[in-house]
Amino acid sequence: MKHLFKNKIAYCYLSATLFLFFAGILGILVGSTRVDLWELFSKGAPSETTLRILVYVRLPRVLGSLFCGAALAISGAVIQGVLSNPLASPSLIGVNAGAGLAVTLCSAFGLLSGWSLSMSAFLGAFGAAMLVSLGAKAWGASRGTVILMGVALNALLGAVSDTIITFSPEISITNSHFKVGDFSGVTYPRLLPVAIIILVSMLILFTLSNALDVLTLGELNAQGLGMNTAAMRVIFLLLAALLAGSAVSLAGLLSFVGLLVPHAVRKLASPAACHLLPLSALFGGGFVTLCDTLARVAFAPYELPVGIIMAFLGAPFFLMILIRRKGGYAHD
Amino acid sequence: MIECSHLSTGYGKYTILEDLSVTFEKGKLTGIVGVNGCGKSTLLKTILGILPATSGEILLDGTPLSAMSRPQISQKLAYLAQGKGIPDMTVFQMVLHGRFPHLHYPQTYSDHDRELARQALERVGIPHLAEESLTKLSGGMRQTAHIAMALAQNTDYILLDEPTTFLDVGHQLALLTLLRSLAQEGKGILAVMHDLPLAFAYSDEIVLMDGKRVIAKTAPAALASSPLLRETFGVTLRHLTKENRYFIET
Repeated sequence: MKHLFKNKIAYCYLSATLFLFFAGILGILVGSTRVDLWELFSKGAPSETTLRILVYVRLPRVLGSLFCGAALAISGAVIQGVLSNPLASPSLIGVNAGAGLAVTLCSAFGLLSGWSLSMSAFLGAFGAAMLVSLGAKAWGASRGTVILMGVALNALLGAVSDTIITFSPEISITNSHFKVGDFSGVTYPRLLPVAIIILVSMLILFTLSNALDVLTLGELNAQGLGMNTAAMRVIFLLLAALLAGSAVSLAGLLSFVGLLVPHAVRKLASPAACHLLPLSALFGGGFVTLCDTLARVAFAPYELPVGIIMAFLGAPFFLMILIRRKGGYAHD
Repeated sequence: MIECSHLSTGYGKYTILEDLSVTFEKGKLTGIVGVNGCGKSTLLKTILGILPATSGEILLDGTPLSAMSRPQISQKLAYLAQGKGIPDMTVFQMVLHGRFPHLHYPQTYSDHDRELARQALERVGIPHLAEESLTKLSGGMRQTAHIAMALAQNTDYILLDEPTTFLDVGHQLALLTLLRSLAQEGKGILAVMHDLPLAFAYSDEIVLMDGKRVIAKTAPAALASSPLLRETFGVTLRHLTKENRYFIET
């Protein structure tokens, strides 16, 4: 039994790595200008145009989608663990909207450097995550109520963002893509800070995976195991906000990755955080990259924002979860 | 020995325990009984350092609780809270988390930790359930898994808050027999219980709480027919000495 379990996990890691790899390769090769693999490797150096497309357009875009997908998937897994709520995700509980408001504020004030966008998005995401977490604890909110709090927070933060945009028309041009999520504007200067923050946050979280599991045993049991639960909750939400905030600052309000991917990994592999976090990163990165490639080629030469493709896939998945649980969350 | 002297604590302006003094020894199963809201669970949380004492002192084997870090306390005291949720993990994974207070950053479990978790599962008789998901177990088996986690924690004392609640009679008896044998092996077991006949039948000592403090700490047989029990619960217990069974008498 144990051997089978280990094999299953090993297969999951192998398939996740292959999925990520092929999604990345596909993302680099496929687009409105087709790059032939044979041409690339058989004729020595590719043409300068091809090289420029690959290095300055496709590669940063694919790297951006890999990092953002991984970040949002892990952020979702962490938030679900901290709130003990499998329906929670950065986009549903207002974390992404908090980051979005901060990015809108930055744009309105002309602060457009990669670092300032990432850090303010983090602050916005962290503020929203803490609001929901503290509210859930203070009012003893059920799982369903936490989601409804997130809906309210999403609406409120969205309204504030829209108010700012109304008075700053110069940022409204890019706003429609930002609202659904889009990788078309990813450049290396914007990618670098995001990649650094995401990599560091992920590495720290991997070392805290056992603590995340202990937290899911319940407040009192975790305290009985020597954990300072209040401090650990803040640390986890801080790291989750860093991940979600960075992703939002680069790609906008991508929805459903943080919900869909951890759920699938729990079902396919294991709910243990030591596997859930790395596998969510691999599948999340691959999934978003694949969706972005699809968004680029589905109606080529026109391009859809990736968020539209993800919403098409994510919304039915979310409904499926709700139906399979038969409304159980409403009462727990 | 756990020594509580002149302990007071509460939540905000509400005082739950006031000037409470009591001691708990290793090698004994001590049943803590009292009416709802008398502070039984609060006493356990205060001993664990989860709820700070507003006055008084707690000594764990001679060391003041206030001088110990949270992990140090958890290396001495294991705790099974009341009304636990059902974590989405395997039995072995949860039992292994019993080793969590012994970890240092980066908090990875060693082969020694895994071996202790396996031994704990064998000790409580459920090694065959190691890879089962907790969500698929019965309440009784889940509680047994929680005891295994407490054993993996390798502490001198185990504090349990209403461990038999929601269990059927068979699982209640099995659990109390297990706790009793752990006490005989040298562990100090402190269990908050509501079922008086069961608490009296299985405990070495009974701590009776009322009015924010401990009003009696004595052998079960001595307390069974005591006026203190009648004043607290409005009942006494009839003791069948030969079978060591207790029955409620109104």
